[in-house]
Amino acid sequence: MNLHVPQPIVSVRDLSVHFHSASKIISAVNGVSLTVARGESVALIGESGSGKSVTLRSLMRLHPEKTTAIKGRIEIDGADVMTMSSSTLSAFRGSVTSMIFQEPLLAFDPVYTVGEQIIESVRRHCRLSRKDARAVALEALRSVRIPSPEQRLEAYPHEMSGGMRQRAMIALALACKPRLLLADEPTTALDATVQIQILLLLRELQREMGLSIIFVTHDIGAAVEIADRVAVMYGGRIVEEAPLATLLANPCHPYTVALLSSRPEGGLSKGSRLETIPGSPPDLSRLPEGCAFAARCKYASEACKKSFPGRVAVSPEHYVSCHRFPESA
Amino acid sequence: MNMSLTNIPSPAQMVPIETSPGYWTSVGRRLARDKVALLVGGIILALVLLALLGQYLTLGDPYGTSMFKRLRPIGTEGFPLGSDELGRDMLSRLMLGARLSLFMGITPVILAFFIGSAVGIFAGYAGGLANALIMRTVDIFYAFPSVLLAIALSGALGAGIDNALLSLTLVFVPQIARVAESVTTQVRSRDYIEAARASGASAFTIIRTQVLGNVLGPIFVFATGLISVCMILASGLSFLGLGVRPPEPEWGLMLNTLRTAIYTQPWVAALPGLMIFMTSISFNILADRLRAAMAIRS
Amino acid sequence: MNALVTPDLGGPAQPLLKVSSLVKHFPVKGPLGKKAVVRAVDNISFTVQKGETLGVVGESGCGKSTTARVLMQLITQDRGELIFDAAEVNSHQLPLRDFRRQVQMVFQDSYSSLNPRLTIEQSIAFGPRVHGLSPAVALARARELLAKVGLEPVRFAGRYPHELSGGQRQRVNIARALALEPRLVVLDEAVSALDKSVEAQVLNLLLDLKKSLDLTYVFISHDLHVVRYMSDRILVMYLGEVVEIGPAEALFTRAAHPYTRALLSSMPSMDPAQRTLASPLTGDPPSPIDPPSGCRFHTRCPHAEAACRISKPLLFPTGEHHEAACLMSIPSSGHSRSPRGDQSMRHTP
Repeated sequence: MNLHVPQPIVSVRDLSVHFHSASKIISAVNGVSLTVARGESVALIGESGSGKSVTLRSLMRLHPEKTTAIKGRIEIDGADVMTMSSSTLSAFRGSVTSMIFQEPLLAFDPVYTVGEQIIESVRRHCRLSRKDARAVALEALRSVRIPSPEQRLEAYPHEMSGGMRQRAMIALALACKPRLLLADEPTTALDATVQIQILLLLRELQREMGLSIIFVTHDIGAAVEIADRVAVMYGGRIVEEAPLATLLANPCHPYTVALLSSRPEGGLSKGSRLETIPGSPPDLSRLPEGCAFAARCKYASEACKKSFPGRVAVSPEHYVSCHRFPESA
Repeated sequence: MNMSLTNIPSPAQMVPIETSPGYWTSVGRRLARDKVALLVGGIILALVLLALLGQYLTLGDPYGTSMFKRLRPIGTEGFPLGSDELGRDMLSRLMLGARLSLFMGITPVILAFFIGSAVGIFAGYAGGLANALIMRTVDIFYAFPSVLLAIALSGALGAGIDNALLSLTLVFVPQIARVAESVTTQVRSRDYIEAARASGASAFTIIRTQVLGNVLGPIFVFATGLISVCMILASGLSFLGLGVRPPEPEWGLMLNTLRTAIYTQPWVAALPGLMIFMTSISFNILADRLRAAMAIRS
Repeated sequence: MNALVTPDLGGPAQPLLKVSSLVKHFPVKGPLGKKAVVRAVDNISFTVQKGETLGVVGESGCGKSTTARVLMQLITQDRGELIFDAAEVNSHQLPLRDFRRQVQMVFQDSYSSLNPRLTIEQSIAFGPRVHGLSPAVALARARELLAKVGLEPVRFAGRYPHELSGGQRQRVNIARALALEPRLVVLDEAVSALDKSVEAQVLNLLLDLKKSLDLTYVFISHDLHVVRYMSDRILVMYLGEVVEIGPAEALFTRAAHPYTRALLSSMPSMDPAQRTLASPLTGDPPSPIDPPSGCRFHTRCPHAEAACRISKPLLFPTGEHHEAACLMSIPSSGHSRSPRGDQSMRHTP
């Protein structure tokens, strides 16, 4: 980390998240460290069960406390999230950092209008009068380019189309001008022509508001449109981290390489076989001792099964955790 | 056309495969680890044994009346649990009463389980107009409070065990049919039902092989919960003189005849009520634990 | 053992499936309790050639899933007919039961499409048993198929669906679809719910099976990359209508319909130096209840003119085996950019 850079908006150190159920312990996140600079947008890429969503939700401590064991340090905007009381935490959610989801219907209560919910949230977090809150809500809807926002304030969530709901959810999340937006696969459920609109909107909002974004997705394409930096997750760990262009041009971890080449992208001639990663993602309740990817990796050696490789800088700002890149090098 | 599937090994060549415990095995294992379920299961088992063997176990005479030994308190010599208003041994009558009380509590639910499931599953699977016709008819019955309906039916049919059973069955059929219809409608919308239809199977085959296994469980749990209601209703009918007739021992009827003694021997008078309470709460808890055990990822 | 096999009737030139003027509307309660209809599929026609993969793309509400369900006859069309290898489906020539043996489907949701109370082999053996195979033979076939889709029978045959990963379950669904030795397999978003690394495995499997079992696919997906990779020809749907159909490469390089072009340029670029700067379309697709008049795309089309609101374009050839339904490709259609040739008006080929 460069010292002359101002304090980062997010600093996560050795985060681990384990879920306890009746019969087993699911090790969803196993030592994630991540720093996000102010105004930066970072994409967390991974498959289902890679721990990307769990990491994101931990930043707001959204997991049920009873069944979850969180360890590590989370600092957002200089505040220690792990030690926050529940009242500080709820003030912090929405005002400093807020979240958008894949399914906007889950973020909205179906019995209230979209306007009521945004106004309510604004009043709670920004302590404004109803009239001022309404003005803020209207402005928020306008900022996400919803046509005729006055009418949309009175609409119920189910009366909106998918893309419109997604915009309304972004308006809800950004109404109180948070500094950090956590986005959990916000474009996955959308149609292609709508997805690109939402990605462009997020990019514009990020620029206008100086927002930092952590964008969780399984779709590299979406990440390319929005991210400055990418962190690839596998088995609850970040296995590679680099600026977007570097990662695409020079992927180092075998998993990243495989992920990039298994896409049936334009250039592939028909009939040629896709590169595949054999096997399936690891069982998080029975993670191996060493590298979680070893079982599917064509370069796996004995060392890979024994210990998890340390984080190595292959070039400035490009880190990889793989035994093919030894720490001494 | 037939490329390489023709080369199918004969059944004799088949190797043993690894298997997983089936759904019901897992449910059973969960129940076996559940102490509360084991406890109430034990109580119910004891009651059933009592119902089956009660007549051989009784020490006193459940029918012998005596004007001199009326309403003895609990602990009297020869009457461990006292005697009733006609001087009969309460312990013997309570033990023997388990037979009729359980029979009256369980039989209507079992009958209603079969009839209600059949009606509900058919309505749920058929959907559309057939569903609307069946379910609206069911709703008419459902609109009456079950106590009123049971009394009205029994009253119309006349007193007696058979008529009480019949009216109680009729009370529960609509309730079970509604549950059966709703779970079937849910299962009906799953893709595996579509896939089964796409393979050309008849509706009957699909219901038998694909639907039943997924809907009978929830219906069964619901029906188990109804046993306690049924016991109380049956006792109520007997209490009103519409079910079991004296001198047969049945808890509801005993509660009725002993109510005059509530001031002189309150403990003795309360005993049949206690039995009804214990039995129905056991069935209720069992239904609850069963529901919890069945909520395995499915 | 050949009890289930059906011979090829018309020879290779005969289309395997011919769909003509298919219409399917669903009644719904509109706003204010008014009766309304969803025009899910509105007069579409196409053919599926023997041995090809026909890709179907479109956004949600375009009717691609309804089309799949009508092809499977899981729902019956309001109008139009299906001709399967020269025989009319659901007639005395080809009763539904025989048709269903030859056409099978793989669904998107790998979990919901397997019965949670049945073991994997029981699920696969269900179809063959319905068609009269003995339980032992049906189970033997199920295990054979498991091996074919890359799942070791000894390890997987006795398992229940929840014990498998998404990719493994989708392999089981493919095995189940193949159990009746169909000639046509409809894949409705069959890989959409899978992780990318697993998706590639399943796509490879589908290609291998197609080759070894001589299958024909209708491949429905919203992912253009995947459709391009899998398909010989592609059909683009918008609001219940076919807007363009053509060979995969032609469609990707010389898309004739503005909607197809918008779909193509909505794909993320994969090059950080050339990020998408402006989205090709604004807004969401309109509702298939009460769709726009004339060309249904005119409300979102950058080239829309007055003529587009009035006259409905029909499919018109724009290249070899390539047709599009756009006034800009139809001569003298009234659109300022329509080609002015001396060609005679020809609305349907």
